[in-house]
Amino acid sequence: MNIVVFIKQVVATTNVKLDPETGTMIRDGVECILNPFDEYAVEEALRIKEKMGGKVTVVTMGPPQAKEIIRKTIGMGVDEGILISDRALAGSDTWATAYTLSQVLKKIGDYQLVITGKQAVDGDTAQVGPEVAACEGLPMIAWVRKIEEISETSIRAERLMEDGYDVLESPLPALISVVKEINEPRLESLRGKMKAKKYEPKVWGVADMPGFDVAQVGLKGSPTKVFKTFTPKRQYKGEMIAGDAAQAAATLVGKIKEMNIV
Amino acid sequence: MNTDDYKNVWIYAEQRAGKLSTVSYELLGAGRKLADDLGQQLVAILLGSNMRAAADELIAYGADKVYYMDSPALEKFADEPYARVLTDLVKEHKPAIVLAGATAIGRSFIPRVAAELRTGMTADCTGLDIDPEKKILLGTRPAYGGNIMATIICEEKRPQMATVRHKVMKPLEKDDSRKGEVMEKSIVESELTIRAKVVDIIKEMEDTCNIAEADIIVTGGRGVGCKENFALVHDLAAAIGGAVGASRAVVDAGWVPYSHQVGQTGKTVCPKIYFALGVSGAIQHLAGMQSSDVIIAVNNNPDAEIFKVATYGIVGNLNEVVPEMIKQLKNGA
Ligand SMILES: Cc1cc2nc3c(=O)[nH]c(=O)nc-3n(C[C@H](O)[C@H](O)[C@H](O)COP(=O)(O)OP(=O)(O)OC[C@H]3O[C@@H](n4cnc5c(N)ncnc54)[C@H](O)[C@@H]3O)c2cc1C
Ligand SMILES: Nc1ncnc2c1ncn2[C@@H]1O[C@H](COP(=O)(O)O)[C@@H](O)[C@H]1O
Repeated sequence: MNIVVFIKQVVATTNVKLDPETGTMIRDGVECILNPFDEYAVEEALRIKEKMGGKVTVVTMGPPQAKEIIRKTIGMGVDEGILISDRALAGSDTWATAYTLSQVLKKIGDYQLVITGKQAVDGDTAQVGPEVAACEGLPMIAWVRKIEEISETSIRAERLMEDGYDVLESPLPALISVVKEINEPRLESLRGKMKAKKYEPKVWGVADMPGFDVAQVGLKGSPTKVFKTFTPKRQYKGEMIAGDAAQAAATLVGKIKEMNIV
Repeated sequence: MNTDDYKNVWIYAEQRAGKLSTVSYELLGAGRKLADDLGQQLVAILLGSNMRAAADELIAYGADKVYYMDSPALEKFADEPYARVLTDLVKEHKPAIVLAGATAIGRSFIPRVAAELRTGMTADCTGLDIDPEKKILLGTRPAYGGNIMATIICEEKRPQMATVRHKVMKPLEKDDSRKGEVMEKSIVESELTIRAKVVDIIKEMEDTCNIAEADIIVTGGRGVGCKENFALVHDLAAAIGGAVGASRAVVDAGWVPYSHQVGQTGKTVCPKIYFALGVSGAIQHLAGMQSSDVIIAVNNNPDAEIFKVATYGIVGNLNEVVPEMIKQLKNGA
């Protein structure tokens, strides 16, 4: 079973700082991490490989620094990493990203399963997975919390819904996106870390993908644009309620009743 | 593409097990305003089986027209047939805007439709407006765990597509005298490709316990102390008619299943009242709940971050405060 996992480097949420003047994000010197959901995606791929054999390839589209997250996954046991990096891709929205990743899949060719994280915690869109599936005409199971069964030709998995879960069966190749509940990601092994240190991922530009249409990507090819960004205005009343437990509870319950919701 | 050829505001009326989801009504409320701003029609798209009565309901809640696509193959949600049917409808009727709920269903198949139409899409909007000059959709959404708000536009492609966070938009009052048109069409199953098939549906929660839909959420954090003590959280939820939420610390400790987790790696919620009991207020937790209308925090540490976002805060031991709250709620009933 050959598995492709899409991973993304993101700014750790705890490090998001805004320039108070411009309201834009300060990116200089901030720590970047492997998108948390993608860690579950990598872990699940490794577990399937351990059971069934085959190869796990991670792919990320991003700047040269994104090699770091590829190395992290190599440390976890991934076989191969590909970095998609090209000036032409700068400013790509989810469509343009998905188009690019679908072209990567075309070039890789021999795969049975594609795994993405539920969403990247920077943009929080959760759109790239389904859009890749659409571009490649792959069946998709979103929000997978458990793979019940998998063979070389089919998968049976649980899709997390608001009120429970659905069980789906699909032929392979297919694309799945995973949620946190699916597993507990491993740490990098010592041997893996040694290997990762020396590991140089493949780097592909748009010219390395036959038939790539540059008009589909970058700022120009992206159908959506950011019109403006701003810091959320929060108007918390922020009232502290004093008194011992009984008094405080009484005051609070009084306020709740005034809201006429209960 | 001539964008002027595209007219009307569409909402995808989500259903599960033949019942309209609450987000469908909220979308009608939001869509009605956009359609009126544009001077165009509001159209609801309903995919399902044996749901004719629901189509009339959509009119009563604000739609001018409903396209009801009926087929046993559309009874349960699967990405491929849903995407196919909606994509074909869009190609045929050319709407300017297509909205859907930012739910498990909407966020799964709506991007697929957008990609098939090769148009732009904005996820999980908490604000929708029409630009008064350009008459385009301004979709405002939180990013970076709610640290930044971004307004996204799609100027040159149509339709402009977006998913909308539930509980943010307000439904209209039901009005049975509203007139509208229901266009019903049956879809032949054999014309649809369905590879990823639903073979089972397991409902683990009643709607009242479903944190995505609940008006009131009572969340317990690590400060609750232990699994046994979590009964206190359930008791308050029961007393006030709310659903039970949890911080990640509590889920990781195995006190509560993952489906209750609120936050960046869990669910994003927006209830009318959110109780945070023994929750420190880590940024990843805030990402999932800070847009709640009223936030009530109980924490024994006066410096806890959660107090910075709380509408009402009580510094105290939750083991003492919460039983008093339950008592008071029951007294007044
Ligand atoms: C990538 C990533 C993703 C994450 N995603 C999420 C997520 O989706 N959701 C989430 O919740 N977290 C998430 N976290 C974890 C988050 O950073 C915090 O660790 C977590 O939210 C803490 O949970 P807590 O507030 O319950 O526990 P703690 O931080 O341990 O806080 C417990 C609080 O209870 C108070 N307390 C203790 N005893 C009492 C008492 N008797 N009475 C009253 N108060 C008391 C304490 O003062 C303290 O403030 C994520 C972290 C990472 C790194
Ligand atoms: N630039 C990228 N490179 C590789 N994978 C990506 C990229 N952006 C998004 N993904 C994948 O798509 C998932 C959803 O991302 P998003 O739609 O941005 O929330 C992520 O968890 C990744 O698996």
